[in-house]
Amino acid sequence: MAQLFEKAEKIYPRRVSGTFRNLKWAAMIVLLGIYYGAPWLRYDRGPHVPNQAIFVDLAGQRGYFFGIEIWPQEVYLLVGLLILAAIGLFFATSLLGRAWCGYACPQTVWTDLFVWVERFVQGDRNARKRLDDGPWTLEKIGKKTLTHAIWLVIGALTGGAWVFYFNDAPTLAEGLVHLDLPASVWSWIVALTLSTYFMAGFARENICKYVCPYARFQSAMFDRDTLIISYAHERGEPRGKHKRGDSWEGRGHCIDCDSCVVVCPMGIDIRNGLQFDCISCGLCIDACNTVMEKVMLPRGLIHYDTENNQEQRFGALRAGQLPPKGRMRWIRPRTVFYAAIMSLVGALMLGAILLRSETDVNVIHNRSPQYVRLSSGDIRNNYQLKVLNKTHFDRSYDIAVDGLRPKNIEMLAAGDVKVSAMAVPANTVGEFRVQVITAPVGAGRTPVTFRLIDRSTGKVAKHASYFVQP
Amino acid sequence: MTKDHKGEGNPSGPEVDEVSGIQTTGHEWDGLRELDNPAPRWWLIVWMVSIVFAVGYWVIYPAWPTLGGHTKGLFGWTQFEKLKVEQGEIFARQREHRRKFHAASFEQVNQDPALFEFARAGGAVVFKENCVACHGAGGEGRKGYPNLNDDDWLFGGAVGDIYRTIQVGSRSTHVDTHAAMMPAFGAMLKPQEIDDLATYVGSMNASQPPSVAWTNGRVLFETNCVSCHGAMGEGNRALGAPQLNDAIWLYGGDHDTLVQSITKSRAGVMPAWEQRLSVDDQRMVAVYVHSLGGGE
Repeated sequence: MAQLFEKAEKIYPRRVSGTFRNLKWAAMIVLLGIYYGAPWLRYDRGPHVPNQAIFVDLAGQRGYFFGIEIWPQEVYLLVGLLILAAIGLFFATSLLGRAWCGYACPQTVWTDLFVWVERFVQGDRNARKRLDDGPWTLEKIGKKTLTHAIWLVIGALTGGAWVFYFNDAPTLAEGLVHLDLPASVWSWIVALTLSTYFMAGFARENICKYVCPYARFQSAMFDRDTLIISYAHERGEPRGKHKRGDSWEGRGHCIDCDSCVVVCPMGIDIRNGLQFDCISCGLCIDACNTVMEKVMLPRGLIHYDTENNQEQRFGALRAGQLPPKGRMRWIRPRTVFYAAIMSLVGALMLGAILLRSETDVNVIHNRSPQYVRLSSGDIRNNYQLKVLNKTHFDRSYDIAVDGLRPKNIEMLAAGDVKVSAMAVPANTVGEFRVQVITAPVGAGRTPVTFRLIDRSTGKVAKHASYFVQP
Repeated sequence: MTKDHKGEGNPSGPEVDEVSGIQTTGHEWDGLRELDNPAPRWWLIVWMVSIVFAVGYWVIYPAWPTLGGHTKGLFGWTQFEKLKVEQGEIFARQREHRRKFHAASFEQVNQDPALFEFARAGGAVVFKENCVACHGAGGEGRKGYPNLNDDDWLFGGAVGDIYRTIQVGSRSTHVDTHAAMMPAFGAMLKPQEIDDLATYVGSMNASQPPSVAWTNGRVLFETNCVSCHGAMGEGNRALGAPQLNDAIWLYGGDHDTLVQSITKSRAGVMPAWEQRLSVDDQRMVAVYVHSLGGGE
């Protein structure tokens, strides 16, 4: 009979201390600090504009990042940012292996935090195991309840911080205190509370193993000079238990203490070599170094190294030579290529931000009908103009049409509106219907350019269109 | 069960893959055998929850066809009800604008940008539903159906005139309809005379060197046509007589078409909309048509 499912073994990572553990704590503090703190930063943009430094204003259709302000039309900047992030990830991976997975991925950071809570309440690996295997005593119920309660509070804070990026943080915080928030905000808080609770409390390494696509294709960014967590096979084997005072002659340095296995948040044995579930967090290095110090052997039985270095050392040892000192090849075709793409995209984005116009005009030629013949024999074309006033001031514009000798340019609108004074309030889009009349000069399309002149600064925005005649 | 190789050494038992030591499902395609690797437990749970969800969905929402229709679901939810509710919300939002528009004159509408845009948008919808079949999607017209974008109006291009035309139509069944009627000159003039007349009418507004036909045509025009179309062919809106000395032709300004128009006359019909559309809908269409660019 076929088995219905494969039972996932629960992992109880043991406490460990050392360089990489400290690095992970530091990364956690910095990253969570940014995540929770960033929405509270203020940035003065003048009156009538939000003063939140990082703000995605969905209702107002604007994105704010300190001095940068983007409109929906400029969403290519977001695309550029995503490309930069993706290539940046490839770049870091080709150099340092899965450093992102091990230190910076939200899944890793929150899981780490949740395991810390678990350890704080229930004790270290063995205590937790005993508690799980034991009967449901009052103590077990109490400890489990406390753990899950803290997890849920962290989850709620995560969801709570998320919504601050999409609303004015102080206003929203006040609403939160009075429990007076829109339903959409509540649903986001609840959804992110539950997803954090589930992902970091229960799913943990399974996300990396089964859900995350990056874990599966990261080997495409690896080459033989990428840093990976490696077990010095030639030094460690043959492994075996070791008693104090025994000679190290004729045996490897690995004392088979399983420290590297029990601290692993992914539940793997690094001594089996590079494997897809290794997230390169370095905790096994810390664990092994602690043990090596105790048995008074050099550190680094498990260490960051490249496949090339490993092979060279192994080869030298087999030939009875002194092992060469490992070296890191930072500059390789792959890393140069990634760096080049990043520089290119970064330069394009920088250019786009620096050269950003404060006024844009879009011209849509009316296609139904394409042209109108008037009683006098003149030809009229109609256009819709969208004027984007990206400044924070009310502006008024004049319009001119190049490439044609128009007899008249008229505005179609209610009230007394002239094409020489098209008013667009600050930070809005003005829509105007304009008709251009000219004497018939020839058949077909004539390319024309609409010039929009800011009456207060004289700055010009242009848009190409065409004029159709029978 | 995958771990203990039940079928090992037992030719009649399940087959076990030699390389991986995993039991196979017994399926084989061209030598490729399928290993029985079980799915993870969470996957199985999600699958089962989906089934439970589906059952709940059938109970709450309309789901299964029956002989007389379909199961109604616990709360009788339908898309039609949803539509009605959502439309109700839209109508409620429109109510204030509609009341304002109802009370406003065309002059007032034209001075209030918000009201004007509301009327124009509403008029565009009514236009698309009722008028495009003849006048075209953008009111561009075609042969026999006037272009509403230009500045040539049979019965007047002020917004009030346009509203009147929409109400009563042209040669329609309405008692007050615009009823301009041109005689068919085929029975009154000889073919040669009609030909000359067409020559004159076709080049009235051009500085054509006069030919014999043109001169004869002008005499015929002065005798037969000026009473309605005016001495210079400037037309007469009160009668619905088109202007002939401009660049716009409803049926075409070429010689053959003009001969046909004079011989048989033209009598296009536009229905009256007074009984078909609400007063405000008609007024909105008038605002929309007037705003296309040729309004007076």
